[in-house]
Amino acid sequence: MTDQHEAEPSAEPGAATAATATADGTGAPAGGPPRGRLTGSAIIRAVTEGQTAVIVILAFFVALVIGAVLIVASDPVVLRAWASFGYAPGTALSATWTSVSAAYSALFEGSIFSPATISAAFHGGSIAAIFYPLSLTAFEATPLILTGLSVAVAFRAGMFNIGAAGQWIGGAVVATWLGYAVNLPVVLHAVVCIIGAFVGGAVIGWIVGVVKARTGAHEVILTIMLNYIMYNLLSFLLTSQNLMQAPKQTNAVAPGIASSAMLPHVGGPPPQVGVGFLIAVAAAAATAWLLSRSTLGFQFRTVGASPSAARSAGISVERVWILAFLIAGGLAGLSATTIVQGQTAPLTTTSYGTYGFDGITVALLGRARPWGVVLAGLLFGALDAGGTVMEAATGVPSDVVNVIEALIVLLVAAPPLIRLLFRLRRTGGTGPQAIASKGWSG
Amino acid sequence: MTTLTAPVRVPVSISRRYLAAGTFILLGLIDILVFGFFAHRGDARFALSLPGATPRLPVIHVPGALMSYVLGAISIGVGILRAAVDLPRWGKRLSIAVVLLCFLLSLLAWADAGNSVGPLQVIDLLQGTLTASIPLVLGALAGLLGERAGVINIAIEGQLLTGAFVAAAVASVTGGVWLGLIGGSLAGGLVGAVLAIFAIMFLVDQIIVGVVLNVIALGLTNYLYDRVMAPYANTFNAGNTFATIKIPVLGNLPIIGPIFFDANIFLYITYALILVIQIALFRTRWGLRVRAVGEHPVAADTVGIRVLWNRYRNVILGGMVAGIGGAYLTVGSVGFFTSDISSGFGYIALAAMIFGRWTPLGAVAAALLFGFSFQLQTELSILRVPVSSFILLMAPYIATIIAVAGLVGRVRPPAADGKPYVKA
Repeated sequence: MTDQHEAEPSAEPGAATAATATADGTGAPAGGPPRGRLTGSAIIRAVTEGQTAVIVILAFFVALVIGAVLIVASDPVVLRAWASFGYAPGTALSATWTSVSAAYSALFEGSIFSPATISAAFHGGSIAAIFYPLSLTAFEATPLILTGLSVAVAFRAGMFNIGAAGQWIGGAVVATWLGYAVNLPVVLHAVVCIIGAFVGGAVIGWIVGVVKARTGAHEVILTIMLNYIMYNLLSFLLTSQNLMQAPKQTNAVAPGIASSAMLPHVGGPPPQVGVGFLIAVAAAAATAWLLSRSTLGFQFRTVGASPSAARSAGISVERVWILAFLIAGGLAGLSATTIVQGQTAPLTTTSYGTYGFDGITVALLGRARPWGVVLAGLLFGALDAGGTVMEAATGVPSDVVNVIEALIVLLVAAPPLIRLLFRLRRTGGTGPQAIASKGWSG
Repeated sequence: MTTLTAPVRVPVSISRRYLAAGTFILLGLIDILVFGFFAHRGDARFALSLPGATPRLPVIHVPGALMSYVLGAISIGVGILRAAVDLPRWGKRLSIAVVLLCFLLSLLAWADAGNSVGPLQVIDLLQGTLTASIPLVLGALAGLLGERAGVINIAIEGQLLTGAFVAAAVASVTGGVWLGLIGGSLAGGLVGAVLAIFAIMFLVDQIIVGVVLNVIALGLTNYLYDRVMAPYANTFNAGNTFATIKIPVLGNLPIIGPIFFDANIFLYITYALILVIQIALFRTRWGLRVRAVGEHPVAADTVGIRVLWNRYRNVILGGMVAGIGGAYLTVGSVGFFTSDISSGFGYIALAAMIFGRWTPLGAVAAALLFGFSFQLQTELSILRVPVSSFILLMAPYIATIIAVAGLVGRVRPPAADGKPYVKA
């Protein structure tokens, strides 16, 4: 602790400059191109040089095109039309267009808004219905934002958290137990559960940090192993009558939590924007403050940039590893509350879904920056919400949405590829630099 | 063990020596206090031949509690020896093996003693261990082919999954299981090629490409499964499998025969690949170059070794090996593809590779440990052992954490692993 205090005076001014350097959206550690005003020429330059936002948009576009190819190539109607392309090329092209546009308009209507609801509102329908798709998007985005923040915090401290799934389970188990086994008044109960979930996730994260700090074991292996331990622990808890299995149940399911522990909803028809979404945004704000304004965050970023430099500057690298993983785990635990306390369905052995791994893609797309993670989470939430509607409306499996999401991340991580595809000029800088490559020993 | 080990012998840290000894003694105490004291009255029975097999070996009867006491005493003895004497390298490895074996045997004795279901089917257990290890071994070999050349391959899971999907589809459409195997291997190689292009040409973080490729592989196979394979299952998912090949003479040996020499072609391919890769990596010029590229690409480049070419080739070769592992999951075992059939084997293979310190034989040992625990869980549920199978399933993961945390010494990856090479 003593070296900690010695480091602080010199750390403070550095924190301020580093914060301004990273706030300029490009996120390039080397300092991106200076950010000009949004004049016409600046916009043209941004497009031709392929700056972050442009790269993301182009990557999104390419991913949608590949997704369209997948949809068309697996549509029997379209394939039959193409088989007779020689006789009726128009039919083939129109069948292709119908197939893709039906799927993508359902995707849009399920996530952003549906024109039908607007005309309905003019004819005496519900105005709230217009915002229903958006509420679905926010609902789907909530757990993704939180696991994304979890992965992002670890990234900024130079570590890779594949273990958000395990930490999620840690949070879910504690929140569920507090939710059904403890009797508390309405608001207090929910708050206790939320804190419990944070602690539950943080403990799992802390284990990773401590083992890494003490023994130098790589966090990727530790987190993967802890994921499997937690999957099995959850199954064990939910299949043991005297532990967490719901009474008189043969299925692996926990008791439903008390209504006093449920997160309330804000307006609209169900599923509404829950308090969970507000928690996610608040967590993003807190993480943003932590990373760019606090001494601890400065230490995180210093260790992330160069552990050896951080050590010679008097920062305890081990302490940073432990704390970063503790906070990352806590955020993944919060993600669990938004599901466990935000939905009426009880905890099961599949509740953790793919939130942990989706958090990685969300954090990557958000460039490990808290507000970037929120935007990326909303984009993925929209795609997920729209994907469900698309599957119901057109029969196109929503898995195609997962492919599109992953493709966006892959393409955004490789700006040179996008520049190559769209013949964009190379900039002097590195452009949107992804998280630096470190390897196992990093 | 390899030419990579530092010539100077680092003095063994005292704490690790006592840590290992303490763990051994702890395991010995568990043998005695848990498996010994809580053993049911009666003998533990071990059946050494499959039901109906010839020649038929007698079922071995051992008093359960007594066996655990003896095994526990051996473990404690080894632990004391480990603490008292600075054992040579092979001695340390042997001591770990002995203590683990004692622990497993006493667990089995405890599980079977006084059981009404019947004797423990030892052959079944070991046979299952081997077949369950096939995708893990091949996945780990795929990983270390890439990593020895300096490219981290987290996409093993995606390569297994794509290999499994394509193998099932090709075998089903063409009716040829061999074509399925080749198709699966090529599909894995394709995923490897994408990984190589993004990691080597575009310098994207290798762990990130790997994770993203896994997500893409899962999404793509799920999508095509729901959209094409499941609705037209007769055409695309007919469930063709390889037949079992019993090796003449060797396959008739008692105990060894059914375990090692009576399986389908995938087990024999796995033997061959283990042998070839182990020898190629450490005994050939090819292997020396690969390792040079993975340890010190600048030096390798200076003497005229083509660094990037080596990396591309190895990552793609690795993908093809993992693709064979994926093909095993469908045409080598159940025949049908199902959603997420690889179910995390790729990540476990990754752990096996690290656990095995980036050597083929080490990775095989680690993969067998995982395979054993999967199969053990099946056997114990047959014996209706009153322990939740989920606790048993946790064991290998906990063991891996203990291993990477330093019980078996610090693992050291190839020096340039994960670092893109840009010519100066």
